[in-house]
Order: sequence, then C-alpha cells, then structure tokens
Amino acid sequence: MLQRWLSFWKFLPSPQRNSGALSGTIGFLANSLTLIHLPGPNPLIAQFGWVDSSRKTLGLCVSGCRSLSSLAELPEMHQMMRQTCRDYADRELGPIAGKLDKEHLFPAQQVRELGAMGVMAVEVPEALGGAGMDYLAYSLAVEEISRGCGSTGCVVSVNNSLYIGPILKFGTQKQKEQWITPFTTGEKVGCFALSEPGNGSDAGAASTLARQEGEEWVLNGTKAWITNSWDASATVIFATTDKSLKHKGISAFLVPMPHPGLSLGKKEDKLGIRATSTANLILEDCKIPLGNMLGSRGSGFKIAMQTLDSGRIGIASQALGIAQAALDCAADYAHKRTAFGAPIGKLQAVQFKLADMAVAVESARLLTWKAAMLKDAKKPFTKEAAMAKLAASEAATFCGHQSIQVLGGMGYVTDMPAERHYRDARITEIYEGTSEIQRLVIAGQLLKEYAS
Amino acid sequence: MSRVLVGVKRVIDYAVKIRVKPDHSGVVTDGVKHSMNPFCEIAVEEAVKLKEKKFIKEVVAVSCGPTQVTETIRTALAMGCDRGIHVEVSGKDYEAMGPLQISKIFAALAKKEEASLVILGKQAIDDDCNQTGQMTAALLDWPQGTFASEVTIDGEKVKVVREIDGGLETIKISMPAVLTADLRLNTPRYATLPNIMKAKKKKIANMKPADLGVDEPPTRLAGVKVETVDDLVAKLKANGTI
Repeated sequence: MLQRWLSFWKFLPSPQRNSGALSGTIGFLANSLTLIHLPGPNPLIAQFGWVDSSRKTLGLCVSGCRSLSSLAELPEMHQMMRQTCRDYADRELGPIAGKLDKEHLFPAQQVRELGAMGVMAVEVPEALGGAGMDYLAYSLAVEEISRGCGSTGCVVSVNNSLYIGPILKFGTQKQKEQWITPFTTGEKVGCFALSEPGNGSDAGAASTLARQEGEEWVLNGTKAWITNSWDASATVIFATTDKSLKHKGISAFLVPMPHPGLSLGKKEDKLGIRATSTANLILEDCKIPLGNMLGSRGSGFKIAMQTLDSGRIGIASQALGIAQAALDCAADYAHKRTAFGAPIGKLQAVQFKLADMAVAVESARLLTWKAAMLKDAKKPFTKEAAMAKLAASEAATFCGHQSIQVLGGMGYVTDMPAERHYRDARITEIYEGTSEIQRLVIAGQLLKEYAS
Repeated sequence: MSRVLVGVKRVIDYAVKIRVKPDHSGVVTDGVKHSMNPFCEIAVEEAVKLKEKKFIKEVVAVSCGPTQVTETIRTALAMGCDRGIHVEVSGKDYEAMGPLQISKIFAALAKKEEASLVILGKQAIDDDCNQTGQMTAALLDWPQGTFASEVTIDGEKVKVVREIDGGLETIKISMPAVLTADLRLNTPRYATLPNIMKAKKKKIANMKPADLGVDEPPTRLAGVKVETVDDLVAKLKANGTI
C-alpha cells in the first residue's frame, strides 16, 4: 500500500522545519506514478507530498513575492540565499546588462563580487574555498543571477558545473587544491572543451588526439564553441588517447590557460549571451604533465556525460532566469501600457499570453528543482535533468518570444530588455545538449523503465 | 570595548509600491515584501566592520516585533552579527508601538548587555521618525553621534563626522554612546553563501518587553479639532500644557 505523506505547510518560516530526520518518507511528486523513497533526511522532498492537483499548496507564496514559484516554501537558508542573489542581480546586474550585451563586455568585476559571495563555487566544500551548499541552492543562485543578466548566469553555470564539477567528482585531492581552490574566488574562471568543429552532439567521435611522450601528454586538435575561452585561466579538455577504443578511448585533461601550444581562435559574434566569449581552442603540440589527466585513462566520455547531466540543471536554471525576466518585463508592461482605454493587461489576448508564459516557467521550475533535489539525494537524475533542460529552454524561448509580442513595437527595440531576453534564450536550446539530444536521453531512460 | 548592539527594523521593502487599505486605517502589509530598513543595513555593516577591525568583540542584532522579524535578524546574522535578540511584540501592541517604546527597550537592553555602543539607522523608511536613536541616548544619559557619515574609534572615544544641514560636523564623544547611521557611512555587504549557512546556527534569544521592565505602549488618545488659534491657545492653557 502506498503511504501518502502530506506535509502541508505551516506557512511561517521556522528553523524547526529543516531539522528532524525524515527517514523512510515516501512522497508523491506530481500526479505521476513516480515514487521517491527517501532513506535520509531531506525535508524538501517531504514537502512535495500533496493531494492530487491541490491548488491549495500551489497558492503558497514565499515572502509575499508574487512572481516566485510556490510548491511549498523552500527551507529558510535557501530562501535567504535566493533573496541575496536576487538583490545582487537587481542592484548590480540589471542596470548594466544592456551595456554588457551591447559592448560584448565580460563582467569581470561582477564575477569577482559573486566569487566573494561564494556563488562561483556553490557546491564546493568550504575546505576547498567554496560555499559548501547543495545543488538546489546552486540552481536557485543561477536562476536569480540569470534573471539579472543571462550572460553572467552563463559564466556562473559554466564555472560551477562544467569546470569545477568534473574536477570535484573525478579529481585527486591534489588536483582539487590546484585546479578548484583558485577558481572559487571569482578571480579566475574555467571552461569546458568537448565540442569540435567536426562533432557537437556526436561527442564520441573526438578527433583531438593525445599521445604520451615520456613524462608528458602532447595534445593536438581543435575544440569549437568554447564558452569563457578568452576569459578562462584553465580548461577541462577531452582528447582521444586510444582511437581503436572509440568512445572508450577518450580521456579528460586539465590544461592551464594561457599555455604554450594552446591558442584561441577569433571570438564568435553571437546572437545572444554576448558578454561571454566563445571561440575555438587550437592545440598544436600542447604539452602537459602526466599528472594533468583527470580521472583514469579512457574514462573521458563517461566524465563528459556525467558532467553534462549535472550541467543541464545549471543551464535549465539559467533558462528559467531568462524566462522569468521576460515574464516580469511583459507583466509589468501589461500594467502600464494602455490601449483601447485601459491597461492592456485587461485584454484577454494579453492575459492568455501571460498565463501561458507563467505556466511554462512554473512547470519548468518544478522539473528543475526536482532534478536538483534528486541529485542532492544521490538518486538517479539523468532523465529528470534532461526533462528540466528541455522544458526550461523551450520555456525561455517561448517567454522571450511572447514577451516581445506583449510589448509590441517596444519589444523590438533595445530600449526594453525583451529583445535581449529573446536573443539570450535561444542558445539554451542548443548548448550542453540540444533539445533533440535531450529528447533522445529522456526516451532512452523512459524505455529502460518499461523494458520487461 | 566588548559589545555593540545594533537595532534592525523590518519594514516594507523600498521597491514596493505602497497601497492604502480600503478602510483607510493604514497601508497594506499582508503578503507584501518586507526587508531590513536600508539605514539599519548600514548600521549592521558598520558594526561588523568595527568587529573586523578588532575594535569590538561581539555584535548583537536586536529587533522588536512579531515572529516575522526573526527573518530580519537572520539577515543581520548572515551579514556578520554574532547573535540576535528578538523582543516579541505583536498584534495591536505592535501597531501602537513607536520610537519611545523602542527606545525604552533598547536602553534596558544596552544596560543589560553592557554594550559599549548602540548603533541604529538614522530613521526607518516607513515612519521616517528619526527619534529612536536620540531618545535611547537620552534615556541612558549617553552621548550621541547622529547622522554619522564616518565613525572612527580612538581609544576610549569615538570620532563621528556628522552630516548636518550646514555641512559636516566632527565631534568626539566618549563611550558608551549611541550612534545613528546615515546614508554615506558605508555600502552594506551582500551576505555570502557560507555566512548564510553559519547564520542558521547562531542563536536568537527571545524575550518580551515586560522582561526588560518596559510597559505596554499607552493607547493613543484621539485628538480634538479646534476652529481658531485662540481656541487652540485656550485649550492648551486649560489642560495645563502651557
């Protein structure tokens, strides 16, 4: 028999909610038949138990802020953290986001300030210089930062998930101290080099080669579309060590930047997230010590795939932030702009658009939170992370599109941020796994569940 | 020089559009975003800075009000205060409470905690009273450095640069003292994520005004309207005010 755990909220934030072990709690998530059994304390998952499609739980509002998602109240610490990031985004990023976009400026000062706050290394343990928080906190942080500036959110996400992520998971203690600690302060950022001119989605066909010469690895090849490239001080790079083993012959390496033998291609002129630099990484007999291999030989593909699994939650959060910003812009405009004798928010055509946008954002947000919480609970989260990224990126492009529509002519000009959200949103459906790849991942996981 | 008391007030956030209640009895506060008074943030920042410079050992954040003010105290703890005190006042008492009441509470706490400094924001953005700091100093008979735009500790004295109507005034007052923070005193820091986590473990003590020997606020009497200035003078003479 299934035990329903209804943990309805006592609506005031109280520290007691977070304490107390909830061993053996079985919670229902949405109306699906997915059952999550929690062996350990995870107060947040307990909060997810609710009666079928109960509108009551969804009516809860965190701190009275009308645009915040409400499933149940987040733990106090997460709320505070979210509020801090939101304040920072509103005061420091919002005012300059347009300028960063127009002039393609990397937000170095802001990245340093975020580093000081701990946002550049949310999941890294305090001993290594990070904030020591969980993945849900990281997801909230990226969402709020992206709400202020999509490009800055991208920088935060790449540094946390794609650069620090694999080193934290697969690196030796010495590698962690050397390659993570200096990258927690915001003084240095890292990047992730998997894609090549010849293969993006087809990651197993890496043609960048690495051969051993004495006490060194020598790398040759080109990597394409590398975010943060011109601003990074190190990279996690994937190269083939044994061509005959196909994707099992790929290994991961840590390369400092700049470094002899590593050069950067020209900065790509992108549609959106223009404050980040994207370029090719060209390796010509780039020599690195043997100790710079990350993980074991041949485990590169596995490292890349697992890193991207977590990275998806980060990108989903970035997409959520952009979608929310687009929704905020449209809803605000709907209050102020009058046409036909009343604010346009009174017109059903506009109301339906705003409602659709809000539903898209909220549902993507819940998927993202669920994926983050599954990861924190050390449960399999591949399917949920892919669903989150798919839903959030499509929500972002949808909201960006509709936001311009609500603003009409004003949406098309750079005076309002709607056009920037539209442009920033588009990349979220492409990088870290295209929407098509996400669908393949989801289908693969789903069919596995149904296999007899 | 051991302890500093910092007062923090939970007010409606400065960015919120204030709406009046339909019955005109006040402003809408239910479901509206609240945050720490900006001048209180500056006060907390100054106190934490003094602690970082090793002039003081402990910063105690104090707030008076219903349960929700603990959020504000936690924010102060996340900014670097060591512990908090929540003086519980709720419902009608909270609505009737004003600077005089708060000053009495702070004066009592300053004596109880043996504070060397009480740092407050110069005024709250909801009532703009600009009275609590001054009244607290008067009740304690301590020197006051109000509208501070620069604070320097010099041995047993505090040098305060005050922003006054005519410009800047520099005074030197001895401790213990009451200071109120003005806008240009400093730029408050954003709480760092590790500090937010640490704030969870810091203690917030709970007490009632009665525990400090402070009475309930008196019920506010209705006023009287008069027609002319002569009537006003006559009335004031009659009830002994002049």
